[in-house]
Amino acid sequence: MSHVGSGKAASSKEQTGLRYPSNGKTIYHRPLNRTKTAELSQAAFAYLFSEMVIYAQRRVAGIQELEKRLNLQGHPIGLKLLDLLLLREPPRSQTRPLTIIALLHFIKINVWTHLFGRQADRLEKSSNPDTPDEYMIVDNEPLVNAYISVPREMSQLNCAAFVAGIIEGVCDGAMFPARVTAHTVGGKEEGEMWPGKTVFLVKFQPEVLEREALLGKG
Amino acid sequence: MSVVRIRLTVFALIIINKAGGLIYNRTFHEGLNKVSTNDLLVLAGTFHGVHAITARLNPLKHLQGSGVGPGNRSSTSSTISTAVPGSTQPAPQHQQTHARPEPPSGLEVLETENFRMQCFATLTGTKFLLFTDTTQANVDLTMRRVYDMYADYVMKNPFYQLEMPVRCDMFDRKLGSYIREINNR
Repeated sequence: MSHVGSGKAASSKEQTGLRYPSNGKTIYHRPLNRTKTAELSQAAFAYLFSEMVIYAQRRVAGIQELEKRLNLQGHPIGLKLLDLLLLREPPRSQTRPLTIIALLHFIKINVWTHLFGRQADRLEKSSNPDTPDEYMIVDNEPLVNAYISVPREMSQLNCAAFVAGIIEGVCDGAMFPARVTAHTVGGKEEGEMWPGKTVFLVKFQPEVLEREALLGKG
Repeated sequence: MSVVRIRLTVFALIIINKAGGLIYNRTFHEGLNKVSTNDLLVLAGTFHGVHAITARLNPLKHLQGSGVGPGNRSSTSSTISTAVPGSTQPAPQHQQTHARPEPPSGLEVLETENFRMQCFATLTGTKFLLFTDTTQANVDLTMRRVYDMYADYVMKNPFYQLEMPVRCDMFDRKLGSYIREINNR
């Protein structure tokens, strides 16, 4: 309380500008809010992400290369996030996911809730028998794409490649090496409920499936 | 009873950039006369000029020119008179940063028997023109919402280049559904 009092006294003496509070404590002096429910400004993130896309776009030849760059930007976040989220789990469930399903559930629930404040909308296994190594995480409205309209000539681009990079980082960190790509599936017809619907295609390396099969037997 | 049903309608939206170029136009109501793109461009440029003129026209003498509000005029003029000519004048500068007067806004509303045009100029000089029915209420609110959407879906879009025509699907979609909601109310 003494702080508040002194601050008021100083401000009444002399009109200070907006930028510097009279008690000398700027936003940089305050500790970060690191609680589990801490929220960040979506507008600030939107501008930051917009700049990230522009930065990635600056020296690329094609759309694939741009997506690759966004993917690379997300990868280290995924690696670190896996450790952080496991550490925050209660001690008895603090093991890293050991099966593909457990890993994907971890991503769908824990990673998504931490990053976007909600779970991913759906989890699917590829129904095509030729590609048993493919799984899909569906997000109806990716937060990173909230304000992004991709121009028509770049229609294959999905900026959620950044999120795909995060997923890839989590998979790699958990020793399930995979390739993750983001694909837009919505927006084909008018008046659709989820025009920005995005599928994250997770394609695991063959050795992961091999190991999974061996584990299943034992 | 020949009561004409009062229609609340938003007819069209035009966005003009700070150089007077047309960057967005869209009509929301059928049965309007078609205006060619060329005419729209001329309209945007003309309006830009008229707006600039109206911002300078001011019948109140004490507001003229300097743009200093009536409240701090006396203090500013006294500092100027005591300052040595040729020397820098930090005092007025200081005053300006604290109590910056509202800049003149120029033309805000234009009303005819058929429509009402509301203009909203942002601080950066972009102008939003909303053409509505004469009886349309709460245009300020609608304008505010349109500006919000512009700030969200145009300015936060990494593929939009400043001062260039707005081609953002998301903006079109959100704006369309918002105006439809108003027009159907």
